[in-house]
Amino acid sequence: MESTFKNMVLALLIVTLVSSAILGFVYELTKQPIVDAQLKKKLEAINKVVPPYNNNPNDEMYTIEVEGGEAVEAYPAKMDNKLVGTAIKTYTNKGFSGFIQVMVGFVPNGTVYNYQVLDHKETPGLGSKMNDWFRPQEVVAETADVKFSIFDWLFGIKPGGDGDTKSIVNKTPGNKGFLVAKDGGEIDAITAATISSRAFLDAINRGYTALQKSSQVAIKQDSTLVSTQLQGGE
Amino acid sequence: MDNVKNFTKGLIKENPVFALLLGMCPTLGVTTSAENGLGMGLATTFVLVMANIVISAVKNGIPDKVRIPAFIIIIASFVTVVELTMQAYLPSLFASLGLFIPLIVVNCIVLGRAEAFASKNNVISSAIDGLGMGLGFSLALTLLGAVREFLGSGKVFGLQIYDTNYGMLVFVLAPGAFLVLGYLILVINRFKKA
Repeated sequence: MESTFKNMVLALLIVTLVSSAILGFVYELTKQPIVDAQLKKKLEAINKVVPPYNNNPNDEMYTIEVEGGEAVEAYPAKMDNKLVGTAIKTYTNKGFSGFIQVMVGFVPNGTVYNYQVLDHKETPGLGSKMNDWFRPQEVVAETADVKFSIFDWLFGIKPGGDGDTKSIVNKTPGNKGFLVAKDGGEIDAITAATISSRAFLDAINRGYTALQKSSQVAIKQDSTLVSTQLQGGE
Repeated sequence: MDNVKNFTKGLIKENPVFALLLGMCPTLGVTTSAENGLGMGLATTFVLVMANIVISAVKNGIPDKVRIPAFIIIIASFVTVVELTMQAYLPSLFASLGLFIPLIVVNCIVLGRAEAFASKNNVISSAIDGLGMGLGFSLALTLLGAVREFLGSGKVFGLQIYDTNYGMLVFVLAPGAFLVLGYLILVINRFKKA
């Protein structure tokens, strides 16, 4: 077809108009399902990382500010109005390929209940093992990505045994936070993926620090409430 | 029959990956597992078929000089439709394919078929050509993904065949993609000659 200024403008105008109309329609159609799918993924992660609960953690979500002006999201899980655990959606930028997002659950005394890696770009087969590595062996056995084999023995990779030195589950980061063995900590890093392991623990520690901070604030608020009530009584 | 030929040529003789060596970016990037390869292949197939149909239908109304931009807009629209749909209904596949879905827009197979075939042929043969090419691409990606997954992590379609620790990690990483692709092309060329 011969190209003139008029028909070129007209053709492109029509093509773009029709395209945008179709895209707008599809966007409206998929908007709700996309939100639902993301929410479902989040709730599945929360279910996994905290003890059984019967409230709706997503509705009671609050954010805690951490260093650097960023904020992490906390989802309190309650059974009959009693706090049984808090799921923290935490992150780190120190991964081998940058950003890692982890959902980690703490029971009220500060020990890790479980965790779930939400998003990462670590090397497949190395850093990507973090979703199983830091759990105790019996938990891992079901998902079976890291099993002990002759290969491990040959290359001097620790079997993990009951998973004591690899697992972060049922441990509390404490004041120092979780550190890999190389940095003087107690957690064994993923073989050949120390940077990913450090980053992962950094994310967990960030979540823990945030939780500590928020619970201190909560305690303070409680005590001021008590003292004002006392003053009121006098 | 011409249409039969249009369909089958994409599968082996003019297979976009093994014969034309087009669309290498997603081919090497997403085929870490058979499932990813299949997902990517089917997404591309959908875009190919739809884009071919629409382009061959409107080809007479588009002036030659703005042909390419108009085609790209049509292709990009279908890619966005796929992206949104996948995000809504297959979130886990979307998460693992990630950036490669929007990149279908610049996949040279899609624009290549639009330019070389759909802009010269009628709607029905264009649709069949798109389907053949798309399935050929899916086949290649699935095969590549299955071989890499099997050698790299001992699985095929997520089914454990042997212990993961015996897998050769290099096949899951980028160099393995080149190795497997090279050897697959070798094998296919050998059979073509025979």
